[in-house]
Amino acid sequence: MNNTVKFKIDGNIVTAEKGQTIVEAAHAAGIYIPTLCNFKGVKPKGCCRMCSVKINSRYMTACTTPVSDGMEVENNIDELVDMRKSIIELMFVSGNHFCPSCEKSGNCELQALGYRYQMLVPRFPFSFPQKGIDASSPKIMKDQNRCIMCKRCMKTIKDENGKNYFAFKNRSNKVEVVLDAEMGKTMPDDLAKLAMENCPVGSIIYKEIGYNEPIGTRKYDKTPIGSEIEV
Amino acid sequence: MSKKIIATTSLAGCFGCHMSILDIDERILQLIELVEFNKSPVDDIKKFTKQVDIGIIEGGCCNSENVEVLKYFRENCNILVSLGECAIMGGLPAMRNGIPVEECLQEAYLDGPTVSLNKEKILPNDPELPMILEKVFPCHEVVKVDYFLPGCPPRADLIWDALVALVTGNEMDLPYEVVKFD
Ligand code: SF4
Ligand code: SF4
Ligand code: FES
Repeated sequence: MNNTVKFKIDGNIVTAEKGQTIVEAAHAAGIYIPTLCNFKGVKPKGCCRMCSVKINSRYMTACTTPVSDGMEVENNIDELVDMRKSIIELMFVSGNHFCPSCEKSGNCELQALGYRYQMLVPRFPFSFPQKGIDASSPKIMKDQNRCIMCKRCMKTIKDENGKNYFAFKNRSNKVEVVLDAEMGKTMPDDLAKLAMENCPVGSIIYKEIGYNEPIGTRKYDKTPIGSEIEV
Repeated sequence: MSKKIIATTSLAGCFGCHMSILDIDERILQLIELVEFNKSPVDDIKKFTKQVDIGIIEGGCCNSENVEVLKYFRENCNILVSLGECAIMGGLPAMRNGIPVEECLQEAYLDGPTVSLNKEKILPNDPELPMILEKVFPCHEVVKVDYFLPGCPPRADLIWDALVALVTGNEMDLPYEVVKFD
């Protein structure tokens, strides 16, 4: 049986492998669909909605939807661009994102999406929620002001027995992603660094090193997020 | 063409955005060909002497005086521009927004590690002093603001490009490298 699938993104024919998600197929074909919670090698959960596309006039998350033959996907259309921008804006106003005092600034995916979509000011009022910082681990700080609850840390940072360092706490609008207090005390150095790297924003900060990359040389200073994918 | 008139002010900001205006370097000579300054710390004009085309606001609103000045600018300027993170989203002063004002004052004037001279434990209470607001507000949550130029401080090139566009009436076409939040 043939293992390839042909479908369209904004009218362009894309050839993909059966079983690939729309995001995987698009990125392999050099078409950027913005993602945030999606992480290579981890089963997609579809929780941030950044990758929303339209299929048969319905909104679908491209990171969770598998490709199928003849599917017509709308991606880079005004409506979706504005919707994605509004999702970015919502993330900014629902946390406390003081980029000038954030160690992740310049390398932050949320901020980079703000740049790519030219968010000059969010259209929503700032909520300035009261959030805390847990600095009890000798290796990392967990800053709730900046967490977008993408679960990337929960899915990728585990000990040798597969036990999670990070987990949800509370429910509803009180929900937080927290570091296990006991495990945090003995967190190995390389895992702490990886946790900071895998977090798309500055919610996990590796201690004692900060602002070590000069402005102008950081990941998203000169090139927009996604330009590494686009052909 | 008659010169466009510009006014500027710094509310709850650090004057960094104003420094960044000066950072346009020798282009300042071109600027004064294009514009005339009215109320601004640059020329120390305290009150508007005429209707202004472009008002540039640095800093958000952290006290009653900031609100008054901002409203004064809105009344006297045709276009209002929020310049920098503090004007746009409160910026570093807004980091106090999660903390009750009482606790902030307590820490700043009574309990802070560097407070030793305030023997009588007085909180500033002179009636001349503006009242601190319960939280720091972005400017556009107080009055209508027409344009937003982010950055901490905004890059001089961003300020230049935007000002030239506003003064000449052209579309703002801001390059990727100059629109930054830090
Ligand atoms: S996490 Fe990103 S968006 Fe939030 S303050 Fe840090 S750099 Fe800015
Ligand atoms: S800490 Fe970072 S990786 Fe973990 S859920 Fe929050 S934003 Fe995502
Ligand atoms: S990237 Fe698809 S929902 Fe987050």
